[in-house]
Amino acid sequence: MSEALFSKKNLKLLSDPLGGSNPITVQVLGVCSALAVTAQLKPAIVMSISVTVVVAAANVIISLLRNTIPNRIRIIVQLVIIAALVILVDQVLKAFVYDVSKQLSVFVGLIITNCILMGRLEAFALGNRPWQSFLDGIGNGAGYGIILIIIGTVRELFGSGSILGFRIIPDSWYIANGGFYANNGMMLLPPMALILVGIIIWIQRSMNKKLIEN
Amino acid sequence: MENLVNIFIKSIFIENMIFAYFLGMCSYLAVSKKVSTATGLGIAVIFVLGITLPVDYLLENYVLREGALIWLSPSFATVDLSFLSFIMFIAVIASIVQLVEMIVEKFAPVLYNQLGIFLPLIAVNCAILGGSLFMQQKEFVNIGEASVYGLGSGIGWFLAIAGIAAVREKIQYSNIPAPLRGLGITFIVTGLMGLAFMGFMGIKL
Repeated sequence: MSEALFSKKNLKLLSDPLGGSNPITVQVLGVCSALAVTAQLKPAIVMSISVTVVVAAANVIISLLRNTIPNRIRIIVQLVIIAALVILVDQVLKAFVYDVSKQLSVFVGLIITNCILMGRLEAFALGNRPWQSFLDGIGNGAGYGIILIIIGTVRELFGSGSILGFRIIPDSWYIANGGFYANNGMMLLPPMALILVGIIIWIQRSMNKKLIEN
Repeated sequence: MENLVNIFIKSIFIENMIFAYFLGMCSYLAVSKKVSTATGLGIAVIFVLGITLPVDYLLENYVLREGALIWLSPSFATVDLSFLSFIMFIAVIASIVQLVEMIVEKFAPVLYNQLGIFLPLIAVNCAILGGSLFMQQKEFVNIGEASVYGLGSGIGWFLAIAGIAAVREKIQYSNIPAPLRGLGITFIVTGLMGLAFMGFMGIKL
C-alpha cells in the first residue's frame, strides 16, 4: 500500500461521521433502532457496539468481495452477509449479556434492516479498499453510538434519576422522601426520544449552518 | 373472533409500528413529503405485511421452532433451528416483495406506476422484519391471528405516514427557525403525534 495507514484522508473517514456527516442526524440512516433502545443507557451502549462491529465487519467483507459480486444480485449478497453477522452478534449477546439481550428483544435482529448498513455498503464499501472501508464502518458506527449515548443519558437521567443504574439524583430529593423532585416519566415514553433527536438536530444545525435545509 | 378484533385494534393504535416501536422510520422520513406518494407507500406496506406475516408464521411453526420439524419424521423432535430465523425471514421478505412487485405489475399497472421505486425498497423496511420478529415473540396460536396482526400493523403504519405527510405539506408554509427546517421539525411533529397516540394506551382490550 502506497498510502500510510493513518494518513490524513483516512482519519477523515473516521472523524467525519462523528459530526458533519453523522449517520443519524445528517444522513438519516438507522433511526429506527436508535430511538427504541435508548430508554436506558446500558442497552444503548450495547446496541452501539453491536452496530459498530457489524458495520465494520460487513464493510470489510463486501469490500474484499467487491470485484467478484455481480451487480444484479449485490443486494441479496449484502443481506446474506449482514444477516450472518447479526446472527453471530445475537448469539454472543445471548451468551454474555443475557439480560440486555432480552431488553433489546427484536432490535438486535433489526440491525439487519438498519439502513446504516445497506447505506454504507452501497455508498462506500462497494467502491473502496478494505482498510478504508473498515475505518468508514468504525466511524459510522461511532457516529451512531454518540447519538444513542447522548439520548440514552438524557432519558435515563431525567426519566429515572440514574445513569447506568447508579443513582445520580439523591433519594432525599424525591417528594416521597420529603424533597421537591419528581422523575419526568415522559422521558421514558417512546415519543420523547423523537423530540430529543429533533432537538439534537436543531442544536447541530444552528452550530453548522451548512447543514440547514431550504 | 373477539380475539381477532382485539389484535387488530391493538396493532393499529396501541402498538403502532411508528409511534410505539419506531419501525420503518427511514422510509417514513424519506417519503413523507407528499401525501400522494406517502399513501402509495403505505398501501404497499399493508400489502406486503399482510402477505409476509402468514408465510413467516408457517415457516416459524413448521420449520424453525424446536420440534417444529416433527411432521417430517419423529426423530427431528429435538431439532431447533430458531437461530436461523433472521436469515430465513429476510429471504422470505425479499422474495415476497419481488413476487408482489411482479403480480402488481401484471394485474394493476396503474398502482405499479404510482408506487414506482418504493415497492422494491420495502424489502429493507424495518417494519416488515420487525413485524415478523414481533409475531415470533408473541407466539400467536393460529395463522388467522398472525394475518390479522400483519394487516393491523400495516394499517397503523399507513395512518402514521399519511398523517405526517399531510402535516408536512402544511408546514412548508409556516415560519420555522432555519436550523429546525425539514428533518428537525419532522422529528418533533412525529413525537407530538406519538404522544397523541399514547392516549389509546388506556384502552383495555
